[in-house]
Amino acid sequence: MPKLTNLGIIEHNPWQIAAKDRTFGDELLTGDYWLIHAEQYALNADRLNNVTSVGLWLDTDDNVELYRDAIEQSTVVAVYFPVFSDGRSFSNARLLRERLRFQGELLAIGAFMQDQLFYLRRCGIDSFLIDDADSAKIESMKISLADFSEVYQSSCDQPLPLFRRRAN
Amino acid sequence: MYVYDEYDHKIIGERVAQFRRQTERYLAGEIPDEQFLPIRLQNGLYIQRLAPMLRIAVPYGMLNSRQLRKLAHITRHYDKGYCHVTTRQNIQLNWPQLAEVPDILAELASVEMHAVQTSGNCIRNVTTDQFAGVAPDEIIDPRPYCEIIRQWSTFHPEFAFLPRKFKIAVAGTTADRAAIHFHDIGLQLLVNDAGETGFRVLVGGGLGRTPVIGSVIREFLPEKDILTYLEAILRIYNLHGRRDNKFKARIKILVKAMGAETFAAKVEEEWSHLRDGAAQLTEAEILKNKRFFTEPDYNRGLDDTNEMAHINRFRADNPEFANWLGHNTHAHKIPGYRAVTLSLKLTGVAPGDLTDTQLETIADLADTYAFGEIRTTHNQNVVLADVPVATLYELWQALKTAGFATPNVGTLTDIICCPGGDFCSLANAKSIPIAEAIQREFDDLDYLYDLGPIELNISGCMNACGHHHIGHIGILGVDKKGQEFYQVQLGGSSGYNAALGKVLGPAFGSDDMPRVIRTIIDVFVSVREPDEAFLDVFNRIGIEPFKETVYAKAH
Repeated sequence: MPKLTNLGIIEHNPWQIAAKDRTFGDELLTGDYWLIHAEQYALNADRLNNVTSVGLWLDTDDNVELYRDAIEQSTVVAVYFPVFSDGRSFSNARLLRERLRFQGELLAIGAFMQDQLFYLRRCGIDSFLIDDADSAKIESMKISLADFSEVYQSSCDQPLPLFRRRAN
Repeated sequence: MYVYDEYDHKIIGERVAQFRRQTERYLAGEIPDEQFLPIRLQNGLYIQRLAPMLRIAVPYGMLNSRQLRKLAHITRHYDKGYCHVTTRQNIQLNWPQLAEVPDILAELASVEMHAVQTSGNCIRNVTTDQFAGVAPDEIIDPRPYCEIIRQWSTFHPEFAFLPRKFKIAVAGTTADRAAIHFHDIGLQLLVNDAGETGFRVLVGGGLGRTPVIGSVIREFLPEKDILTYLEAILRIYNLHGRRDNKFKARIKILVKAMGAETFAAKVEEEWSHLRDGAAQLTEAEILKNKRFFTEPDYNRGLDDTNEMAHINRFRADNPEFANWLGHNTHAHKIPGYRAVTLSLKLTGVAPGDLTDTQLETIADLADTYAFGEIRTTHNQNVVLADVPVATLYELWQALKTAGFATPNVGTLTDIICCPGGDFCSLANAKSIPIAEAIQREFDDLDYLYDLGPIELNISGCMNACGHHHIGHIGILGVDKKGQEFYQVQLGGSSGYNAALGKVLGPAFGSDDMPRVIRTIIDVFVSVREPDEAFLDVFNRIGIEPFKETVYAKAH
């Protein structure tokens, strides 16, 4: 599952994504890279302090505030798309960046589609985990990442709305 | 009118290039149908019964003559030579080819038009009153605010995959000709006691399957806070709107489920984090947008009575002109001017349709008589907003020749009608033939005028694009065992005293409809006091007398 960054660079993807209901114990400390659901991360928070090989993922209906402490501790957070039409993770991504001030790596995982990449980037996503089935489209995805060079409203990538930037 | 700067041109140009590439990828089999669906919807493209349909945005209903001429060219070159004005002030083409849509969008962009977000689960066209800027009862011109909101909502990255579509309307008068009580967000412009401009904010109104009147969640929001406040509302909706059931996914369902007060509190809480951010409007930005909507070069110092005197001499000899003057022209805040409605409700023509030559004729008339500007209305007509009174007779003659002078504006036959079963794959029944049959039934103008103002709205299905819930008389097409039937409602209203129509009773066959409407009108006429309006009579006597008489005659 390749990892595409928001600057259009393909990076090695070390992450395995754990199912929501999978429980963990000491296997989290073997150095294997895991993204585990926020609930699980919270339960294991103590042992995961400074463990950079384990990150957390948030489901589309998760309330980011509920996992504030876990998010603060983790260096990597992923937001999940069960289907591309479920746009809740766009809001969660922005809340992670702008409300919780998450400064680690923010990933998009799941069924988002190529033509959402630009918006996801705007909402604070750093990297996208691409389905193997779609890996042939990665060059095309790089183009989609740069669909627009200018934007009207403020977001994570551009804190000033256009009306504050354009000449009068 | 708003004029694009280099930024607007660039952004829209990039959108056209994006959709061109997306269309190429789709036609090459690289995008599955279900993924192309939201992409094409957010570029206005529906796949419909007979052909793709392209919904072109007309931001808050404003067009200029150059744009009309381009639309004429587009209908000729890419379509079957006509287009349709919708109940949200947009314009639809019924016959474009998918592969040519990027070219159409490029042509639209050349005259500062687009089809951005006119469909899909995103923020749609912001609509307002067709008399914005000229109405004598206007408190504040809503158009600058519509433009500000339009830009904020365009390609908003967080709100392109909402639970469902999202519609915003702004009213600058208390008469509310923008139906703000029936939108997802309705904004009422007002000035508070301290002289500050702001908005009363309503949320959760809507028509369709579950019609609801919107709830006030904030009595006064200072104008500078509008964007941050809207962002808070949309975020609450995006996160908490239902996604399990398409028919329960609008914000009206969420507001009802939470209760308006709880919803308002949630919005306030979210907004508390946003209100002092960079998205807060500056005075400079508000002023800048107001400057795009300044008054045209009016001839000041005209005396209204004098100007009317010039044309009044034509009234006596010409009852048709007198009728037209009385029904199709409207008061204007500047003495010596009138707003003129071009009726697109000629019997035998689908309500709201315009041919390419008609578009060009309107463009020419706008240039000659109305500073080159036109508005679309949510009752599917078109308005020339700034016509000198002294030119009205001349204009009327030109309109008559062009077929726009049917003097029925505001009357029973000024029908709002969706495209219906003739065009739309969602429809349960045809709507256009019903409109025509009713217009033919009521072809006596004097009688029509005596009836006074009546709003008759027809929808071909529960999606209510014809706004049947808020017609004084509403007609809803239903499918009963594969046959087309029509349910009648009475007493709806979209004005300040917003109300939803009440169902009369069991549905009728299409052949019965003229008789049914005739009977309803007969009841009204038999009990009305002199000059009493239909809606007032209904509110006075209730539905029973209508029900009894209509269904008694059926047996």
